Amino acid sequence: MIRWLLLLLGGVLLGGIVHLATIIVLPRTATQDAFSRLTPVAAVNLVVTLPEPTPETAVMPMMDPAFATSICRYDLSNGPMKLTAPVSPAYTSVSFYTDRNIAYYAINDRSAGRHAIELDLMTAEQHAEMPEDENITAADLLIVESPTRTGLIAIRALAPEPGQMAMAQQAVDAAQCKRTEIPKASD
Amino acid sequence: MRLLLGTLFALLVAAAVGLGGTYLALSRGAAFGALRIGSWTAWPKTGTQDADPYAQASIARSGRLPVALGDGVTFLAKNDDDGRRLDGRCDVAVSGVTPAARFWTLTVYNLDGELVANSLHRYDFTSQEIVRRGDGSFTIMVGPRANPGNWLPTGGIDRYMLVLRFYDTAVGVATKEGREIPMPSIKTRSCR
Repeated sequence: MIRWLLLLLGGVLLGGIVHLATIIVLPRTATQDAFSRLTPVAAVNLVVTLPEPTPETAVMPMMDPAFATSICRYDLSNGPMKLTAPVSPAYTSVSFYTDRNIAYYAINDRSAGRHAIELDLMTAEQHAEMPEDENITAADLLIVESPTRTGLIAIRALAPEPGQMAMAQQAVDAAQCKRTEIPKASD
Repeated sequence: MRLLLGTLFALLVAAAVGLGGTYLALSRGAAFGALRIGSWTAWPKTGTQDADPYAQASIARSGRLPVALGDGVTFLAKNDDDGRRLDGRCDVAVSGVTPAARFWTLTVYNLDGELVANSLHRYDFTSQEIVRRGDGSFTIMVGPRANPGNWLPTGGIDRYMLVLRFYDTAVGVATKEGREIPMPSIKTRSCR
């Protein structure tokens, strides 16, 4: 009897380890996560506008149907990126995700405070290579460090009423992400 | 023989406990740092780099991109205020006021996170679309039949969830559970 109880206890303990291991391994092996779903739809380092979310056309689950969305699937291996997103009349946000779909940064039109959201995206190493030149830091105010080499930028614009969806789609469609060089010291 | 049987038994228990636990945790959306207000639950940390392993696993399995915390916060409800699960064949009233935010949206999804098809092509309400009472409070009727006022159709599906998202809001990781932030109530009125 005691022998079986001990085996049961051992099994439960081992089960706990199995549980933790599967939880930790799952994000690495998932094939239906957002990044994998968007990979065939979105070319690298280009802004691609997603279809308006409806029951038939939504690319991912849990998309907010009041928002127009475009995606830039970035790869920083060859250098940093520059993102420009015009601000729509209602509400515009730009969110950054790692290749495991973890949101590491987001900014909205109010915090950007201009007519367009403009920022530079680079890895920590690329940031470290940048010369400490005041002209460059003054020209490019906003630098975002990506914890991973690849990831997603989601540009979202709200259509407060269904009639404004076309305008929101245009706004996110006009966003651009482009490769840039690491600026050299000016002298 | 006894050793073999014993080992097999322990391994079976391990598999059942381990995989069962993972399945349960993921289907219930378990993650740390849940913020519960009334029937609504949010996991503000899920939209940050500090998302715990449970949140990361749930994000990967569902295939969604979580709303980043600098963008907004997502509240989810699967039950009404009396603990009854939301039924698409019933009229459910979502009424009250919301915490301060620049915009909010209320959306109906099935339990897989897909939008619910309906002939009106109405899947959500934004804070700008709804008709409010004089004091700023509102009622949105969620149900299968047309309702005067703010009507969000359920298409008569069995079970669904309500998702309330606040954009550009102070509600977040630092928000404490309790009465300090007002959330709309969810009441089932009548069923077909």
